[in-house]
This record gives sequence, structure tokens and C-alpha cells, in this order.
Amino acid sequence: MFRYIVRRLLGAVVVVFVVSLVTFFLFSVGPKITGSSPAYLYVGKNPTPELVAAIEKSFGLDQPLVTQYAQYMKGIVVGREFSDGTAEGTRPCPAPCFGYSFRYQAPVWDLMKDRFPVTLSLAVGAAILWLIFGLSVGILSALKRGTLVDRIAMITALAGVSLPVYFTGLVLLYVFVYGPIRFLPPPSYTPLTENPFAWFQALILPWVALAFLYAALYARLTRANMLDTMSEDYIRTAVAKGLSRRKVISKHALRAALTPIITIFGLDVGALLGGAILTEKVFSLPGLGYLAIDAIGKQDLPVIMGVTIIAALFIVVANIIVDVLYGVVDPRVRLS
Amino acid sequence: MTLTVDSAASLPSGPPKHFLEVRDLRVAFPTGDGLVRSVDGLSFSVERGKTLGIVGESGSGKSVTSQAILGLQKGTRAQVSGEIWFDGEELVAMTADEMRSLRGNKLAMIFQDPLSSMHPFYKVGEQIVEAYRIHNDVSKRAARKRAIEMLDRVGIPNPDRRVDDYPHQFSGGMRQRAMIAMALVNDPQLLIADEPTTALDVTVQAQILDLLRDLQKEFNSAIILITHDLGVIAEIADDVTVMYGGRCVEQGAVRDLFYQPEMPYTWGLLGSMPRLDRDRKGRLDPIPGNPPSLINLPKGCVFNPRCRFQDHVSGSACADTRPDLVEAAPGHSVRCHIPVDERHTIWRDQIKPAL
Repeated sequence: MFRYIVRRLLGAVVVVFVVSLVTFFLFSVGPKITGSSPAYLYVGKNPTPELVAAIEKSFGLDQPLVTQYAQYMKGIVVGREFSDGTAEGTRPCPAPCFGYSFRYQAPVWDLMKDRFPVTLSLAVGAAILWLIFGLSVGILSALKRGTLVDRIAMITALAGVSLPVYFTGLVLLYVFVYGPIRFLPPPSYTPLTENPFAWFQALILPWVALAFLYAALYARLTRANMLDTMSEDYIRTAVAKGLSRRKVISKHALRAALTPIITIFGLDVGALLGGAILTEKVFSLPGLGYLAIDAIGKQDLPVIMGVTIIAALFIVVANIIVDVLYGVVDPRVRLS
Repeated sequence: MTLTVDSAASLPSGPPKHFLEVRDLRVAFPTGDGLVRSVDGLSFSVERGKTLGIVGESGSGKSVTSQAILGLQKGTRAQVSGEIWFDGEELVAMTADEMRSLRGNKLAMIFQDPLSSMHPFYKVGEQIVEAYRIHNDVSKRAARKRAIEMLDRVGIPNPDRRVDDYPHQFSGGMRQRAMIAMALVNDPQLLIADEPTTALDVTVQAQILDLLRDLQKEFNSAIILITHDLGVIAEIADDVTVMYGGRCVEQGAVRDLFYQPEMPYTWGLLGSMPRLDRDRKGRLDPIPGNPPSLINLPKGCVFNPRCRFQDHVSGSACADTRPDLVEAAPGHSVRCHIPVDERHTIWRDQIKPAL
């Protein structure tokens, strides 16, 4: 078990390293090919070659790519300083430094740190909702296969899978906020620590919109897994032992049917922690996804890069957790 | 002298005379395409300490019969009728709950594929303990002791350590032994073995059959062995029921079936056993055609589309009339229109020399 975890961790380090490498060179080489230096993005409307050169120098953009990458990585570990173009002024960027955004006049890490609680709130709340509803609907559907309950559940799930968040989100906003009912105030994010009730009010619709999509997927998946498992030979053995149907389902079927869901759940939550772009945009939630899409619009390269690396990190970490959990749940994985 | 035992009028009724007595069992499944008559009027009996072999191709109704005896179709859409008398109790009319207290207890079953028949996430010991504790109110520790005993009895080495292994750590043969241990943990009086050796290699097959035979002697249980392997039948069965298209086509003691088979389908089955002592062409003589559709059974004799001996029957009885299961010799019943003497001649002159 210990060796298994160590092996997964080493693999994860390699993956994060490769992602950072690819992201960095993508964003550094890209501008070089098109012949535009990232420095142009910072100098305003009428750049002079001298100004561009000065900015390139202050950001280290005149250095070879390998050196730039080394400096970037070093910045993440120990921090670095950027000169602001004037001779004496510097912008500190303490570790972990993911670069400095001149658009926001702030280190990228600070920007991400501010937005992350929003994304975390959104992802965790939605995950709890979709897990509860997705699994229970899926299990119920499988056990009542072919009945009206099953059909209604699966048609609803099909709708959930097919409708994008920007549709369900807008419908929810219209019905509960801007439409005739006006049940909720217009969403405006408030931190949990400041006002839990306002936090909940601002997030309930995004949770529902996001959870609807995932719950639908999970319900279909759970139903399919459950049906597969119920026709397994070992379920027949359990019945032949004389176990009650309840026991057969709860002890034998569910454990096997839900194990594969761990994998998908881990990866989904990991991916969402890197920002739920559509949901955050629709509900104007200032999370990582919103930051990223905003940065893309403004061509704020350091921010895009920072969010990409952090998002990749979340997915990799989620992967490790899933692998370890899987080893705990499935004895066949543990030993191989 | 022939005796009809199949028509409704002469069906035995009243209290059972045998330990397990199946009377006119019918199991049908309604489907979108029509009613699938998987078992259609099957009768047989088994005594304690004896083994009944049920032989037949895939889809002949063998496994459905065993599931009906275990009551596994209760609460499903399957339509089950007839009578199953087990130790003085009638099982078809029993409620699902009553049936459940018998299942795994007095009636146990072992299945074909020992790997997929054990839950991959639970230890072998846990699964045996579970089977024991459903029907016996004992502590976990006592049940574990019992599980180790059973593993030891079925020939698992180091049972006190192997009890904590997972099924995937067992070899195929050991898994089937563990399945047998699980089935026998409550001292069942009837053991149904559904193709218990099909998934195992030949040397392990023989060991498992030996084990079943030893355990039968020890516990004096009745065994129903379902298989399509006549070699297994020859090895272990006392009586044999040959099934085709959901009904019994020939029934008798194992000696009769091998030395004096009378139904053309049974001849076909015997001819389908590969023989290494023949030249390549003569080694295997398969039955032409396919098993019948259970939704739309052929008119007349169910086997007639595949039977090459119909010219021995005058008129078109084979295609028009369902033959009854008729006793051809004491304890040996056959469902065939060909006259008995003629059958003996065909067997002696045409079939036996070619086997």
C-alpha cells in the first residue's frame, strides 16, 4: 500500500512538471511565432521600441526561454521581484509567485487566492447536491427498472445532460430572481465567514444549476452500473445464500456498483476546483473560472498560465486521492 | 407394455414418495416477442444420497429448472406452475420469505464460474461466514471457526490463513472448492450444482467431482448435477434426465442411458463426444441444426426438425403429434414415436458401432 502511494505521488509530480512546461512554452513560444512580444500588451496604445525593450528586460523576456522557465519555477518556490519599468520601482511577488499581472497590478497568486474560496464553495456545495440526488435517483431507477418512476427519472436525466448550464442557469435566474416571483435577491457573492446566509443565498442557484447537470450524469451512470452489477454472478450467489433483497442490494450490489463512481467523482470535483467557467460567468461569481475567462479576454498571459497550472494541479491531486481510495475499496487494486 | 406418465390424468398427486419430487414443472417468461416456455412439463425425483444428472444443450431449460427449485423466480415476471416437493414441503406455492429461509440452508447451489460467483471485494472467509450466519444465530468467531473447518474439509491448504484471502488470490479450482464449502456450510440436504466443473481445467474437474462424491457420502445429501458434459454424468450421476426444448426426452438410470439409449437426441449427444481413438473424420459427429426456439416450439415432436430417423415412424406422427414420455423398460422412459423394438435395432446396428 505504501509503495503504491509513493509511486502515484512520483507520477503526479512528473505530470505537474510536464503541464507547467507545456503551458509555459505554449504561452512563451506562441507570441514569438506571431512576432508579437507579450510586452506589447503592457505598453499601451503607442509603443516605442525602446519602451517595449525596457519592459521585455524588466520581465526577463529578453532571456532565453529555458532561463525564463527556470526563473518562473524559481519564483513559485522562493518568490521574485519585477521591476515596473522605472529605474527604481519594483513590484514584489512573494512565493509562490505565478507571475505578475500588470492588468490587475497584483501578483497572480494573490488574484487566485482571492477567487479560490468562491470556486471551492461552488464546487463543494454542488458536489454534495449532485452526489445525493444523482446516486439516489440512479439506484432507485435501477431497482424500479422499466416502471414509470424509472422512465420519468431517466427522461429528466437526459434533459439534465443535454441542457447546458448557461441555459438552466438563466432559466433559474429568471424564475427565482428576475421573473415574476423574485424569491431571491440578485446574486452577489458574500464570503461564508462574513455572512453565511448571504453566502448561501448567492450560491443556491449556481449549486442547483451545476448539480443538475452532474446529477443527471451520475444518475444515468449509477443506474447503468447498478443494473450491470445486479446481473453479476456474485449477486446470484448472494441471493442463493438466502440473503434478503435489502441485504443483497446494500451489502453486495451497492459496493460494487458505486466503486467506479469514486473515480469519476474525484476527477469531476478536481476539475471544478480549477474553475467552473460557465456557471461562474452566468451567475457572476468571482471565482477562478471567471478570472480565467476574464484574463483570456484581456490577454493577461500570467493569469491564464497561473490558473491553468493550478487547475492541472487540482486534477492531479484528485487523481491521486482517487487512486488511493480505490486501493482501499477494491482489494484487487491494492495488491497489484 | 408401456405406461404413460406424462399426461395430466396420470400425474402422481397426493403426498410425495421421494425426497425431492418435481411434478409437471412449468416455467415461462413473458417477453415482447411472446411467451418463452423455458421448462414445459418436467417431472423427476431424487433421493437423499443419490445424484441426478440433468443433461441438455444451452437453452434446454436446465438452469431455469434449478432456479425454480431454489425459488429464485419468485417476485419476478416468470410464471411458475407445477409442484416441487422437497422433504415433504411444496416449494412452488411457498412465499418468497419462507423460500428464503430454506435457500442456502437446506437447499444450496454451486455455480458454474467460481471467479465471478464470489464477490471480489469480500474475503473468502467473510463470504462463508455470511452464508453461515444468515441461517445460524452464532457469533462471528464461531462462524469463522466453522468457515475454516469447511475450507479444510474441501481441501484448501492452510485454511486458517487462506480464510482471510480474497477470491482473486485463489486459483480456479480452489475458488470452486471455496464455493462448495460455502454451499455446504449449513449442511444442505439438497445440493444443486449448475455446471460446477465447466470453467475448470480437466485435472481440477476430476478433483472437484471426487470431492462432491466424498461430501455426498459424508452428508448423505441429494445432488442435482446440471451439465452438458456426458463425461461428468458418467462419472458421478446415478440417474439421468435428458432435456430438450424445455422438456424431458429421456430419463433413466445412468447405465441405461449409456448402454441402451433410445431417443435419437440422446444418440446425438453421445455422438457429439469427441473420441481420440478414431481417425480425425470420425472423432466427432455433431447433431445438425440448432436448438428450437422456446417461443415457437416445433409442432409434433420437439426434436423432429433435427431428427434423421423419422422414416422409422409410419405416417406423419413425428411432425403432428407430441410424443408422450413413455416407460420403455422399468425405470427408463423415452419420448419418441419410433417403436421400441425398432429403436433397439437402430441403436445396435447403426449408432453403437459408430460411437
